[in-house]
This record gives sequence, structure tokens and C-alpha cells, in this order.
Amino acid sequence: MPAAATLNNLMQLSYLAAAALFILGLKRMSSPVTAVSGVRWAGAGMLLATAVTLAFMKDASLLNFSLVMAAIAIGSIVAWSSGKRVAMTDMPQMIALYNGMGGGAAAAIAAVQLYTGHAENIVHLSIATIGGFIGAVSFSGSLIAFAKLQGLITKSVRFGGQKFLNLAILLIAAFLGFMVVSGVGAGLGLPVVSLLFVFALVLGVAMTLPIGGADMPVVISLYNALTGLAVAFEGFVLDNAAMIIAGTVVGSAGTLLTQLMAKAMNRSLGNVLFSNFGESSAAGGTVAGTQKPIEASDAGIMMAYSQKIIIVPGYGLAVAQAQHKVWELTQLLLDHGAKVRFAIHPVAGRMPGHMNVLLAEAGVPYDLISDLDEINAEFETADVALVIGANDVVNPDARSNKSSPIYGMPILNADKAKNVIVIKRGQGQGFSGIDNALFGLDQTRMLYGDAQTAVSQLIQAVKAAG
Amino acid sequence: MIDGIIALYIFMLAGFTGYEVISRVPVILHTPLMSGSNFVHGIVLVGAMVALAGADSTLLRVIGFIGVVLAAGNAVGGYVVTERMLKMFVLAGKKKGS
Repeated sequence: MPAAATLNNLMQLSYLAAAALFILGLKRMSSPVTAVSGVRWAGAGMLLATAVTLAFMKDASLLNFSLVMAAIAIGSIVAWSSGKRVAMTDMPQMIALYNGMGGGAAAAIAAVQLYTGHAENIVHLSIATIGGFIGAVSFSGSLIAFAKLQGLITKSVRFGGQKFLNLAILLIAAFLGFMVVSGVGAGLGLPVVSLLFVFALVLGVAMTLPIGGADMPVVISLYNALTGLAVAFEGFVLDNAAMIIAGTVVGSAGTLLTQLMAKAMNRSLGNVLFSNFGESSAAGGTVAGTQKPIEASDAGIMMAYSQKIIIVPGYGLAVAQAQHKVWELTQLLLDHGAKVRFAIHPVAGRMPGHMNVLLAEAGVPYDLISDLDEINAEFETADVALVIGANDVVNPDARSNKSSPIYGMPILNADKAKNVIVIKRGQGQGFSGIDNALFGLDQTRMLYGDAQTAVSQLIQAVKAAG
Repeated sequence: MIDGIIALYIFMLAGFTGYEVISRVPVILHTPLMSGSNFVHGIVLVGAMVALAGADSTLLRVIGFIGVVLAAGNAVGGYVVTERMLKMFVLAGKKKGS
């Protein structure tokens, strides 16, 4: 049938074009200037692939076609409205959520293949099974990551022998997968396949529950890569080159991002996943010195008369939505003739670049923002280091205290500044539960309160100082 | 029909491509980039559509339907949040000149 072959070629060519648009789009996202056009190119590729698939859905019954349209409408509308509404602060968990949905979709494709037994040979069957397994792990794991960042789950569940339990779940799932592929469980059919997915979902939950909130960026990035891989595998099973290429590109890109993030925290990926971070914080030793509070008015006067100020933003700034106020304060200080810079730690906030997005939202120009390598030597000549809701990334214990859980992590040298003002909600430990030696230093003053309120008070105080 | 060894070649070349493209992205774009790559694997939507289109029982239709809803959510949600984040960089870049 030459006509059908032509149609099929047309579809394959459209998929090829979509894959090219994805890669070019990601490439354009590598510069802030072309980044928006990059995501639009990738979006055009997605529209093209979806439209062509819909147009050539000639074998589908009217019922199935209607179901496809309805499902696309439901998924799109819900995601569109939630994506438009979500605050910039909550981006990390939204990425986790959408990523989990992709993993779930890959698992659903695998489930349809395995339940029907459509797979043509043992290679297809194996790939469908592995892809479905990875997709299901990514699905449940991402949902747990979402729940943790959203504050729906606040405790990290840890108990002795947890690693062995997870290993046992993995081995059982592998055995079930083997049964599905080898046909040993052919007589059992549906229950074995279902059980495989149940164990995969449980593994995703069990793997993610013990990981502390501070490590979530690395975990989300890992699940992003895993979803990409699952999509590539299901693409192979469905004979769809666009899915193979896009999935693999995301799989390798996500792996690289995961490595970069783990490296920024000076930890290996295995360490993040299996070390039960935060558990040993009690062994970190007590912190010398007491925390000395300061009033906003005094802090404002100190800043009004400073020549050089370095601002270190952290998650506390994001929670309090204080980015606009911080930019207002910065402009005020610049008008006073002070030199103001922002120092961004690679893992400040909940994701690499999280702080940059927030500062960009407020309108802070790029040239005021420096990363760790650029700014660290500058702290020694700074009159004031203003730490806003950051904790671990300025903890000098990471340099000097070998018993600290974060020993070895590169930090911003805020403790080298002549004066340090720390805006913090209360006297307790931060998100990771580790004591911070910076807070007890002689030159450090604590300004307690919500970041937005505290910065507003600072603005008033600087204005009052003239 | 994508042959096994051809699939391996596609896999390898796409893997290197992803690594190379991403390795040149500055740190400040890491969050939107993760979001952008998250959007790109939303292509799983076309696979889910094909799976649902070929479903021939109620069970398969239910699974396929869930798959398409999730995939559409991945694609649309991923696009919306990525575009929103990246637009802010454009605004911030313009202010720099003023």
C-alpha cells in the first residue's frame, strides 16, 4: 500500500523535525537572551508531533479517539491552570509533579503493552518492562518529592535496615520482571504484571521518604533523567524515534545536571541516596558562642554607612517572597553610593539557579549577581554580608569541622566579612537540621523575623539614616 | 521498524547530544533548564495517545486514558512553567541596559 507508506513516512519525518526542534530548543535555552525562543521552538516541536499523531490515528475507533481527545483536554487544562498560578517560589515542586506525571505516562504505556502481550519479541518485552519499571519508580518518587517540598510530608522516615528493605523490594521487582519477560509467569499473566508495578511504585516511595528536603533538588533531577530514560525505552517499543531521541537527550542531560548538583554539595550521588543525611547532625558538636540579636534600625544604619555589601540569599528569601523588597533595598543602597553584590551558592534554595530565577523576577540585573568562585575572595573586603534565609551554604563548619555532616562542601565565605547580619525566622536549626557556627561568631548579628518583614524594616531604617 | 542496532546508535548519539547541549548552560539557567528538559520528555504524550488509540478492553482504556492525562499534564505544565521562568530572565536582561 504505497499511500499508507507515504503517510507513514510523513509522520516519521514530522517526528524527526520535532526531535530536531527539541535539541535546537534546549540549545537556545543555554543563553538568557535566546532562552524564551528556545522553549518556544521545543513547544512547536511538541505541537507538531501531537497534531501529526492525532491526524494519523486512522485505525482508532470513535470511542478511543474521543477518549484521547478528552484525556488531552483534561490533562492540558489542569496543568495549564496550575502552571499559570504557581508562585515562582514553588517551581521546584511543580517540576517534580510534572516530571512524575511523565514517568506515570511511560509506565501506563508499558502496562498497556504488557497486559495485551503485544510485544513482538523478547527484546521488546524486556525494554517495555524495564521502561515501565523505571517510569513507575519515577512517578511515585517524584510525587513524594513534591509532597515533601510542598510541606505535605514534613518528616523523613528512617529506620534501621532501610537500605536492605529497599534492596529486597528491588530484587523482588527484578524477579517479577524476569517472570514477565521469560514467560515463566505466562499462566499468571495479569497479576504478575500488576505486582511488578506495585513493587516499582513502593520502591519509589521507599527510596525517596528517607531523603532530607535539602537533597531534593538532586533527587528531582535524578527522577527527571529517569523519566527521560523510561520515555526513550517505551519509544523503542512503540517504534517512535522522536520519543527515543527526546527521552535519551533528557536522560543524559538530567544525569549531567544531577552530577553537577551533587558535586556542588561535594557529595556523591550514592551518598545523597543512601546516607540518611541529617541523621548525624547531633554528632556535629555544639556550636561555640551565643547568637547575638540586633534591631532592624541598628542594622539599617550599619548598612547605610557601608561601602561594600554582599547579599547572600537562601530559601528563607524564597519562602517569604522577599525578592522584590530585597531589590528595593539594593537600589536604595546603590543610591547611597555603596557597592552591592549578590552571592549565589550553587545549591542555594531548592534547586540550582532557584535564587537567580527569583532575583530575575524582581528585576535584579545579571551583573550584580555572582557565583561562588567569583565572589568568595570579595568577602574579606566587604563591610557587611547580609545573609537572608540562607544557612548551610554559609556554615564555616563545612571548611573546618570534620565531624560536621556537610564537611567538605564548598561554602560562601560570609564569615570573612567585617560584619555579618543574618535574617532568620527563629533561633532553631535550618532545613537540614545542622547547627551553624556562623551565627555564634563575634561579628555576627541576628535579625530575627520573616525575611519580607525584616527587609522592609531595613528599608525604613536606611531611609531614616538619610 | 527501528532495528535493534540502529536503535542503539540513536541511543548513543542522542545521549552525547544531550550531554553536550547541557554542558554549556550557565548555572543561572539550571532551574529553567531542568524544567525545559522536563517539558521535552512530555513527548511521551504521542506514545500514550498511540497506546490508548489501540486499546481494546475497558482495563486498557482506563490505563491508556490515565497515561494520556498524565502525559498531557507533563507536556503542558512543563511548557507553561518553563516559559514563565524564562520570560523573567528577558525582563531582567532589559533592565540591565536602562
